[in-house]
Amino acid sequence: MLRYILKRLLIMILTLWIIITLTFVLMTSIPGSPFTSDQTSNETVQQNLEKHYNLDKPKYMQYLLYLKSIVTLDFGPSIKQPNQTVNDLLGRGFPISFELGIVTVIVAVISGITLGVLAALRHNGIIDYLAMGIAVLGISIPNFILATLLIQKLAVDWEIFPVATWASPMHMVLPVLALATGPMAIIARLTRSTMLEVLTQDYIKMARAKGLAPWKIIIKHALRNALMPVITIMGTLLAGILTGTFVIEQIFAIPGMGKYFVESINHRDYPVIMGTTVFYSAFLIIMLFLVDIAYGFVDPRIKVTKKEGE
Amino acid sequence: MKSNQHPHHIAAKEQIHDDWFRWREKDKSEQEQVSRPSLSYWKDAWRRLRKNKLAMLGLVFLIVLIIMAIFGPILSPYEVNKGVLSDQYQAPSSEHWFGTDSHGRDVFTRTWYGARISLFVGFMAALIDVTIGIVWGGISGYKGGRTDNIMMRIIEILYGLPYLLVVILLLVVLGPSLSTIIVALTVTGWVGMARIVRGQVMQIKNYEYVLASKSFGTKTSRIIRRNLLPNTMGPIIVQMTLTVPSAIFAEAFLSFIGLGIQAPYASWGVMANDSLGAILSGNWWTLFFPAFFISFTMFAFNVLGDGLQDALDPKLRK
Amino acid sequence: MEKILEVQDLHVRFTTYGGTVQAVRGVDFHIHKGETLAIVGESGCGKSVTSNAIMRLIPNPPGKITKGKVLFKGQDLTKLTEKKMRSIRGVDISMIFQDPMTALNPTLTIGTQLVEGLKQHRKVSDSIAMKKALEMMQLVGIPNPEERMKQYPHQFSGGMRQRIVIAIALICEPELLIADEPTTALDVTIQAQILELFEKIQEVTGVSIILITHDLGVVAKIADRIAVMYAGKIIETGTKREIFYQPQHPYTQGLLNSVPRLDTKGKLQPINGTPPDLFSPPLGCPFTSRCPLAMEVCNKVYPDSTRLSDSHAVDCWLQDERAKKLLATMVTNKR
Repeated sequence: MLRYILKRLLIMILTLWIIITLTFVLMTSIPGSPFTSDQTSNETVQQNLEKHYNLDKPKYMQYLLYLKSIVTLDFGPSIKQPNQTVNDLLGRGFPISFELGIVTVIVAVISGITLGVLAALRHNGIIDYLAMGIAVLGISIPNFILATLLIQKLAVDWEIFPVATWASPMHMVLPVLALATGPMAIIARLTRSTMLEVLTQDYIKMARAKGLAPWKIIIKHALRNALMPVITIMGTLLAGILTGTFVIEQIFAIPGMGKYFVESINHRDYPVIMGTTVFYSAFLIIMLFLVDIAYGFVDPRIKVTKKEGE
Repeated sequence: MKSNQHPHHIAAKEQIHDDWFRWREKDKSEQEQVSRPSLSYWKDAWRRLRKNKLAMLGLVFLIVLIIMAIFGPILSPYEVNKGVLSDQYQAPSSEHWFGTDSHGRDVFTRTWYGARISLFVGFMAALIDVTIGIVWGGISGYKGGRTDNIMMRIIEILYGLPYLLVVILLLVVLGPSLSTIIVALTVTGWVGMARIVRGQVMQIKNYEYVLASKSFGTKTSRIIRRNLLPNTMGPIIVQMTLTVPSAIFAEAFLSFIGLGIQAPYASWGVMANDSLGAILSGNWWTLFFPAFFISFTMFAFNVLGDGLQDALDPKLRK
Repeated sequence: MEKILEVQDLHVRFTTYGGTVQAVRGVDFHIHKGETLAIVGESGCGKSVTSNAIMRLIPNPPGKITKGKVLFKGQDLTKLTEKKMRSIRGVDISMIFQDPMTALNPTLTIGTQLVEGLKQHRKVSDSIAMKKALEMMQLVGIPNPEERMKQYPHQFSGGMRQRIVIAIALICEPELLIADEPTTALDVTIQAQILELFEKIQEVTGVSIILITHDLGVVAKIADRIAVMYAGKIIETGTKREIFYQPQHPYTQGLLNSVPRLDTKGKLQPINGTPPDLFSPPLGCPFTSRCPLAMEVCNKVYPDSTRLSDSHAVDCWLQDERAKKLLATMVTNKR
């Protein structure tokens, strides 16, 4: 197990290093350097930038100092908003985005698994077709289209939910719905297919032959095994939800990090783009790592094969 | 032991003639009629795909969409980017089938142009992914050992990179255009395909039937054609049907955050993004058509992909 | 001797997209207390379906018991409610599956899987359940049972896993054990050990065993009586001695000729052809097209059962007087 963790840790660090280096290389390769261009109107901003990115030093020193600043969690200043650092923006925006993301994950996982299990248990029944119908729609309709649809119907036409900003739990309903439907659909489909496969396994038959109650077989023997693949795709789903917040926050005018990020893209506020990309990548990569470790703990087979040195 | 007591047996028993007790002529046809006519792999897959109504719906939709993407703009008297401002926000009518947008441009015409862009982006991205993926995965799987180890580590590291964030970063630097979007989508997009190809090659190269054909002196080209190709093509095709919609989605998503394809092109994502404000004023059609086509195209690819997965899986052959 | 289980005219069908498969088409047999009955046949002949039907483990849909009775100590299992049936599974009748590599849940410890049946049915305390589990582990010959209980299936070899599967099946002290190809997935040396274990268990517990197999070697070792199954029907039954030394059905003879034996000389003779399609089983004897002694009558009408002794019965037209005459002329012609 320790070997397994170390291996994943090493890969995680390498991936992080690549994304940090990539941002640096890409940004410094922009013609007319983003940090010194005439986009910066303000004298103090210019000074802050030069100081943060050490523009007076040679390239390799710039790179090393950039690495150092990232490792110490200093993401640098903003061009467009004077006296604002990326850290300020993250401090304000990220908690809101995180809240939106976490609620979305919880909703998507619980509803997706429930839907998938019900569909598998009623294979080829009405519930199955209904659940898979919802799932196919959920996968097909992009979240930004679903979001506008929800606003149009539930907020504007029927006035059931408030729209825009982030004031009360009621404000969360529509953005979470728009964001969670896709991942929910993916989880539901995956749960259903693995559940169907697991249900044909000999150990399920064996459990039935023991005379166990059906609910016990499903919860203790089937679900546990059926959920393992769901854990493996959690990393991808988290990434999808995270990038989803960019558009959803924009559409619902939620003052989260995603909204700032999209604004920074539109304004070509390069330091903010860089800082946010690195921050979000690091966040996702660490999540991916944690998911891998969690998987190692849930599946007893991984522990041992790794301990025995593969 | 109880004897058989089916009614038809009892009825039949009375009709048993003595002259039935003679040796039976062996006829060859009798033994062979048991086995079904064997179909070739692709014919068999097609037969099974045809049975899947949803997948066929997706296939038909996509064929119609491709035809309309080619000929749709020709059928229309309007131009993509030239609008008459006085014709702004016309509801769908016999003149403008899908209505007009904020610039008075014909949505019908723009929709088929959008189809060209979206399908082009989707297919190009999938094609490049497949090419890189087959080469990388093929070498990795075929060579094995140390080469495979290094190549797979690289894949593992790239796999950890958040796909859309890298795409965004690249587009910010390269500037959004048709070609840069395709490049950005494929820079890390091929990784999934490479993994699948590698897995397939690894598995199949050790299959006993492949080893057996080799030992019978079957030509390599024949082994590849008869054994390797059918068994690797299935998962590759399925993966392609999933890559295309995800590229179409990514393109639309990028339009939404301001990194979409620029004029004079009109992609579905750009059209949808442009009309976000418009629906609140009741001009639903400006959003509806691009949104519908994005969604239905993704739906079509997804159900077709599912159908193909079932149809191409040799294990499910009956 | 007391009949513990009696199957009468059992029919099982599977409805699939391709049509209806008549997997079991009127099967009759019984098993006495403490006896080992082997059901022998090629794969796909319906022997596993039969055993699953006894346990009512056939997934419905697509499968269904369409006719017949399964009398366990006089009680018809096909008529029981699912809940009542559950109280019989694992308690009165247990089952062992073919592949021990897949029969155990990879994510649960051996101990958990051992005691869960006991806890479900007997409502015993944890400590008593654990004690019983240890006892079973010892009975089936697993060293260091206390330590092994905490381990997961992948930490055991195939033979050890099959021992655990047997322990799980026996933990509630059932009266009937159905073993579906219990040695097929194992190495030959391990097979012998497992068969010895069966004999030992039968001695200790007096359990009746239905052994489903295609392997005549296994049958020769531990069966008391044999039922030969072909295309959803039992075509011949008898004691081990009767089946091995006086096989009457050409299929049984073919089976025996296709297995190497020490006491016979000459070449092995495979049975040519394949079993019939059970989507549309033939009206007459299903073996007709492969039978070296087929007559015109064979594929027209299914033969009645002919009783040759108290224990020996066969479904074959060759038992008919008219066929015997035909055989006699063939023998003289050859001379």
